[in-house]
Amino acid sequence: MISLRRAAPQLIALAVILFLNWLAFPGFFNIRIQDGRLFGSVVDVFNRGAPVMILAIGMTMVIASRGVDLSVGAVMAMAGATAATMTVAGYPLVAVLAAALVVGLLCGLLNGILVAFLDLQPIVATLILMVAGRGIAQLVTEGFIVTFNEPGLIFFGTGSFLGIPMPVVIAAVLGVLAILLVRRTALGLLIEAVGVNRSASTYAGLNSRVLLLFVYTFSGFCAALAGIIATADIRGADANNAGLWLELDAILAVVIGGTSLLGGRFSILMSMLGAIIIQAMNTGILLSGFPPEYNLIVKAAVIIMILLAQSLSLAGAGAFFRPGAKAKPQEPLRSSDPSANKAQNPA
Amino acid sequence: MRHFTRLLLGVAAGTLMAGAASAADLTVGFSQIGSESGWRAAETSVTKQEAEKRKVDLKFADAQQKQENQIKALRGFIAQGVDAIFIAPVVETGWDTVLQEAKDAEIPVILLDRGVKASPDLYMTVVASDQVHEGKVAGDWLVKDVGDKTCNVVELQGTTGSSPAINRKKGFEDAIASHANIKITRSQTGDFTRAKGKEVMEGFLKAENGGKNICALYAHNDDMAVGAIQAIKEAGLKPGTDIKVVSIDAVPDIFQAMAAGEANATVELTPNMAGPAFDALEKFKADGTLPPKQIITESKLYTQADDPMKVYEEKKGLGY
Repeated sequence: MISLRRAAPQLIALAVILFLNWLAFPGFFNIRIQDGRLFGSVVDVFNRGAPVMILAIGMTMVIASRGVDLSVGAVMAMAGATAATMTVAGYPLVAVLAAALVVGLLCGLLNGILVAFLDLQPIVATLILMVAGRGIAQLVTEGFIVTFNEPGLIFFGTGSFLGIPMPVVIAAVLGVLAILLVRRTALGLLIEAVGVNRSASTYAGLNSRVLLLFVYTFSGFCAALAGIIATADIRGADANNAGLWLELDAILAVVIGGTSLLGGRFSILMSMLGAIIIQAMNTGILLSGFPPEYNLIVKAAVIIMILLAQSLSLAGAGAFFRPGAKAKPQEPLRSSDPSANKAQNPA
Repeated sequence: MRHFTRLLLGVAAGTLMAGAASAADLTVGFSQIGSESGWRAAETSVTKQEAEKRKVDLKFADAQQKQENQIKALRGFIAQGVDAIFIAPVVETGWDTVLQEAKDAEIPVILLDRGVKASPDLYMTVVASDQVHEGKVAGDWLVKDVGDKTCNVVELQGTTGSSPAINRKKGFEDAIASHANIKITRSQTGDFTRAKGKEVMEGFLKAENGGKNICALYAHNDDMAVGAIQAIKEAGLKPGTDIKVVSIDAVPDIFQAMAAGEANATVELTPNMAGPAFDALEKFKADGTLPPKQIITESKLYTQADDPMKVYEEKKGLGY
């Protein structure tokens, strides 16, 4: 599946960030059991990273099809608002969960129809729901933060299974299922084909429209799941803020994971790793005690470094900085393609 | 032709509205920013209640966060010849022209909740809270509550760079400045939201020996405090006892937490900006007394001793 070599920049980045976190806060790796669940900073990284991991699973497939789904944050807010409002109205848990997930599926289906059948550009098509969705969520909650105390729903945010927080369990199970689905069947390959060249895939006999419909609907489903978790976590639906800007974190996670925004080859596992890297950084900033004015600068600097490390993979960087490379201007250009470079410079 | 008919209809509707208005003593136009937060919604409903109580005919316009809508609403009020205009300005600048138009029409303008950058003679007064004072009230409560004991405080700031975050931080720091036993040991932004408040508090708890080194939490708004309270509980500590919780705004949910003993104190940012504004306006209409250029609303402190459930019931229906 994924060679360790391809994952090297991300794994190194994660190791460096975890090491820096440990330097800033020596208790970083301490884990203890609190009220029957694991409790510690590393657990926080996974627990807080779970919603973005879940979004990233859906987002990876959308991006692999050469699209993007900007609406996931708003869909989170809508699903959360639906779940909270129905819980307060007294509906049973099964109905609440089903309704919230159906909201996500419908939103995804709408995006899919706009992209696959009406041929809108994905960024425009999903922008519609990104803007309108939050408004719809506010209509559902009537502008309030709808709070609830239903233990069943709260379990999805703060409960645990064998000591592992529920959000992490859900993200892991969904990740495994999604990877099996795309890699044990031809689905992954078909999505990549559509992403590389949609018309060629169509001429080759693929039903591109149904494939596109599938990836956007799946992304909507993932967003609804993340929305349920976020709502259950704070025991309330905050339509203004739930999932705000998380679409950008999800896209970033996919990009850090090495999936190209131009579609084609993708890796769900690497995107989930990307989400963990982002959250490890966020948690580290919280633990470090830096003044909040530095949060975004630190985050941006780290991300630039990860992306640079990724685009000039080590061999490529070697070529870039090698003395004499400057004399031949075509050399650094070629070094931007690591695979081509590897063949020429087996360093 | 169609436009003309529409215009006629509009004029007719306007005349009808003016006719209805004449039954009340005063007609006041109120241009509200929108309903972006629970507090804003509460401000709208309290303003409507105050108007009803005083038999004022209130013309309400929701600007949906757009200055152009507010300027349009103000021009509409001027054209209708209202007795006064209340406005909660969405931004600080760009008001000179429309305020001059109101002044030329001799309609007094009162700013609610926020100020503008315009010549002070273009409006009558600003009714607003003193955010530095809010922070100070919270700090004073903590100073009194802990006495001489050492107390390490963690702070959840509002959105970085926003004026409430800057001012509420400053006020709190002023209050504890002369008390060496109280120190802010950690301070991070929670963006005024529950989710971030919870996440940041989780970080604080781990960084401060599982929360054992934290004596009190100061949150720049109640929502962050509500999120943090959950984080404290999940860490196996008792909020309100093991870690004291003081915050600002006085939204209904914090009173529920106070009733359960999980929060200790909150400082009210009153949604009743219109009450003092109506008072000033009535005085001006009666004998021409001009109010001071700035009317500061009260920053009232609520603690567990103030029958939180009763306050909760009172505030619940206001649209928070």
